[in-house]
Amino acid sequence: MVQHVLNWLDERLDLSGLKHFVAEKGVPVHTQEVWYYLGGLTLFLFAVQVFTGILLLLYYRPSATEAYESVQFIVTRVPFGWLIRNIHSWSANLLIAAAFAHLFSVFLLKSYRKPRELTWVSGMLLLFLMLGFGFSGYLLPWNELSFFATKVGTGIAGSVPLAGPFLLRLLRGGDDVTGATLSRFFGLHVAVLPAISTALVVLHLLFVQRQGMSVPRRIERALKPGEKLRQMPFFPNYVLRDVLLWYIALAALAALAAYAPWDLGKKADPFAAVPPGIRPEWYFLAMFHTLKLIPSHVLGIEGERLGVLSFGLVTVFLVFVPFLDRRSRDGRNSPLFTALAIAGVGYLVVFTILAQLAK
Amino acid sequence: MTDPAGFPSTAAAGTFDRRRFLDALLTVGFVSTAASIAYPVARYLVPPESGEAATNSVVAGKASALKPNSGVIFPFGSRPAIVVRSSDGEFSAFSAVCTHLECTVQFKTDTSQIWCACHNGLYDLAGNVISGPPPRGLERFTVNLRGEPGAEDIVVSRKT
Repeated sequence: MVQHVLNWLDERLDLSGLKHFVAEKGVPVHTQEVWYYLGGLTLFLFAVQVFTGILLLLYYRPSATEAYESVQFIVTRVPFGWLIRNIHSWSANLLIAAAFAHLFSVFLLKSYRKPRELTWVSGMLLLFLMLGFGFSGYLLPWNELSFFATKVGTGIAGSVPLAGPFLLRLLRGGDDVTGATLSRFFGLHVAVLPAISTALVVLHLLFVQRQGMSVPRRIERALKPGEKLRQMPFFPNYVLRDVLLWYIALAALAALAAYAPWDLGKKADPFAAVPPGIRPEWYFLAMFHTLKLIPSHVLGIEGERLGVLSFGLVTVFLVFVPFLDRRSRDGRNSPLFTALAIAGVGYLVVFTILAQLAK
Repeated sequence: MTDPAGFPSTAAAGTFDRRRFLDALLTVGFVSTAASIAYPVARYLVPPESGEAATNSVVAGKASALKPNSGVIFPFGSRPAIVVRSSDGEFSAFSAVCTHLECTVQFKTDTSQIWCACHNGLYDLAGNVISGPPPRGLERFTVNLRGEPGAEDIVVSRKT
């Protein structure tokens, strides 16, 4: 039956190229191959987000008067609504975690070295988009925590030098966080970001398919002249392993959604005092804590402004890592960039923990 | 013989049954996963019953505000209803949902009839169909006037 359909399509579309690709594609087998799974995991979680996000759209209402109630309706009245909403929230968090792990594994293995610079750049842009998803999605239930976190978050954007005030109004749709902000964040979250990230994901995957998996330099160097790495067929061997990991992720999502559901909290009240313990999502905590620690004025520059400026520089640096790390490009060891990657992980872990502890 | 990943690539004699068994196991696994996703999704797609309690009684307005030979539409729960006052001052109220295709009907002053503009359905002031496509008359509600004389509320209730 399947063969019949394939033949029918082949006669009309000539699938020989695709067939060849499927039959020939291999994944190198070596001691560091475990890192290859992180990209696939991130992709799976992204698919979960698209799927559950579309389902949530059926009942969600993006307005200040109805958003909270509609989420409440989803989790209390709609059959399995609690499951869909909690899987969406949990998957979002695991997605960011997987993307960060993917980023740092690629960083430490220097897989961005020539010829994979563009794969890295597209991946970095995807990570920023995912953070944008997280930031905009956090506001959508319109509860107290997300309302004030968005106030603070957009306020930080407001301290960007020069463009700050403009950015602030652009993000908020006015001077304050109101229903207008909710409309904007909603449009961003369900139309703008998905469109851009889908295109980028396709591009990212095309690059990976075109170039094959990168082999870490240490392993490449250990090969004797003329020796080739063992390859595992992508179909079905590697795919089945991928699917196995996806199964585990799915089980973890279901378990987390059932046993650790996300609190909806209290409806946002613009005229209420800020409740204690206001904080952004965990993946912004390190940044949040850094801003808290910077003194109000450093060398005559406003502390917050300085913080935002440095985050901007780090962002630009991260995007251009493959072009800055010339030693890796030329096939030499690059201890400086290894140290930078480790420092980056260390900073994120330590500051996230510090922010958690600081009440 | 094994392929590079260590998987048997050619089935030795006697392994065919094992492979078939494993294939069947995998299929059962995938199908049950698909089912356990499809079931909640299918249930989720069907909206729950409306959360609102059924409305049984509503104040449509002041009796003095409704002139003879006129009608006004008001919300009865989540659906529109119409209260009309005939030329001789009698009040009556109906569901304003046309029985044909659920358009909202209106009072026609020139003929003193209830009229649906969608497909030209006509009802008399007892809610019965006069002409047009509606299959049956409008649902009729009970009207009571309550309050101080001269300032009575029109209370419309569902017939029990």
